[in-house]
Amino acid sequence: MTSKLKAIPFSAWLGLVIVTLNLLVFVFGPMLAPYGQNEIVGAPFDPPSAQFWFGLDQNGRDMASRLLAGAQMSIGVSLAASLISFCIGIPMGFIAALFGGWVDTVLSRIVDTVMCIPVLISALVVLQALGSSVPVLIFTIALLDSTRVFRLARVVAQGISVLEYAETARLRGESLGWLITREILPNALPPLIAEFGMRFCFTFLFVAGLSFLGLGIQPPFADWGGMVKDNQQAILYGLYAPLFPAAAIALLTIGVNLVVDWLLSSGGTTQGADR
Amino acid sequence: MIQLILKRVALGILTLLLVSALIFAGTQLLPGDVASAILGQNATPESLAALRQDLGLDLPAWQRYLSWLHGFVTGDLGMSLANRQPVADLLWPRFGNTMALAAYAAVVSVPIAVLLGLAAAVRRGSLFDRTINIVALAFVSLPEYFLGLLLILFLSVQFNLLPSLADTYAGMSFPDWLRATTLPALTLVLVTVAQMMRMTRTAVLSVMDQAYVETAFLKGLRTRRVVLRHALPNAAAPIVNVVAFNVAYLITGVVLVEAIFNYNGLGRFMVDAVAKRDLPLVQAAAMVFGAAYVILNSIADIVAIALNPRLRHPR
Repeated sequence: MTSKLKAIPFSAWLGLVIVTLNLLVFVFGPMLAPYGQNEIVGAPFDPPSAQFWFGLDQNGRDMASRLLAGAQMSIGVSLAASLISFCIGIPMGFIAALFGGWVDTVLSRIVDTVMCIPVLISALVVLQALGSSVPVLIFTIALLDSTRVFRLARVVAQGISVLEYAETARLRGESLGWLITREILPNALPPLIAEFGMRFCFTFLFVAGLSFLGLGIQPPFADWGGMVKDNQQAILYGLYAPLFPAAAIALLTIGVNLVVDWLLSSGGTTQGADR
Repeated sequence: MIQLILKRVALGILTLLLVSALIFAGTQLLPGDVASAILGQNATPESLAALRQDLGLDLPAWQRYLSWLHGFVTGDLGMSLANRQPVADLLWPRFGNTMALAAYAAVVSVPIAVLLGLAAAVRRGSLFDRTINIVALAFVSLPEYFLGLLLILFLSVQFNLLPSLADTYAGMSFPDWLRATTLPALTLVLVTVAQMMRMTRTAVLSVMDQAYVETAFLKGLRTRRVVLRHALPNAAAPIVNVVAFNVAYLITGVVLVEAIFNYNGLGRFMVDAVAKRDLPLVQAAAMVFGAAYVILNSIADIVAIALNPRLRHPR
């Protein structure tokens, strides 16, 4: 075990530490926040001080408290979206791979067409029709993102289902459920876990981007992307206010990317090249 | 080869049709319809029915789709709901602005990224390769607005070199335009160079690992000749795909960058339309973005077919 731990490179350790810290903030953030997320405690854009570590925002609210509280929305929405996209993409991908034939053709064509449109554009069309709310955000992003998961799950399952042990199980007369849960899923896990990190990164940046455009998470909830947007003007006066939430977004993304990079290089897969 | 290219063109047209159907379907998700959205509180059953007939909403969906598609092909993009102006007049100038910004960024970033990726692949494992990889990984992870805000803070607020807002207007002189759009273009360059460089490196490395490249080295050829004459022609097709992928990214990545620098492009225009829930505007902008994306990918595939030595000299 210790030799295994030693084999983890420094960059991966750094990534793991960043991800763990963010998860702690995600779970305990609102409890740690010294002030309420919408509590006005001073003048707008007060610079950082001993009392307010990251200064105050455009309405005179404590930046540090809002960063801590905002983690819940920023990380929560993207985590939920990635989880749902995996719950849709993996079964669909496995079914397409195992059944083959017209099932595979129909599913793959639908996915190909959806993937022909840039994700941001599809999301904007849906948000125009349904308006922006947390459930709409989560399900829109989950559905759009599940196309990527579907593709990977399908390729991985196709690779596994022709191997001897899967063939043997099929000849033994095992059911489809057994094949998926006992033969394919355990062996497909390593690439899928790395993919989960990448998909989370993507959805996290995507949610933050939508919020930055004013179309994501809506007030009164604090979230990092929206905080960048709200404080953007301060940069023109040389104030750092919008850089704190932007840096929080960047830090978590770098952390997850470092971990994914290590998982991919140690797992021997070559999926890492594209976003 | 001609046959392959024609096949690809036909596939591209089919994709465009499917994309248009999907976008139309997406805009029909709204419970209720546009007429009640326009009239809001003032809706009476009579005024609703009149407006529905006026907008053609009493027709079945497939007929509305066909007439929308017909209008799109003939250049009639409908009327904006917010200010009753023709969408085409509002949309095309902004599309031009967006393409100009994307082109500016692409012209700078593509050569830099391909050269860096090539250099890193040739010196695999060297200090240069490792450094550039870590830097690229960091830049890939940074959101556009973080980079954009940093650039504004340093280049325009502290040293006052470039304007922080990308104000452009019709009839602007080219040097003025360059000055106004350099910061947004630079932001896009930083994001895409990192991405493209990483992908170019992977593409070249997969070729460098093949037996014929090793043979060329064992024949005693210089590295330069092996890379340029043996490896590069076979890596060209994947590199073209990498470039296309990133130029396609530029087209949508531009949406965020336009919001940071308040640039008058199609992205910001579409975001405003979504916020105002202006259906015809969103529909048209989505179709233009979608079409640009599909056309670009088709061109890339055709170039890749044309560049592939194995397809050029069929056995």
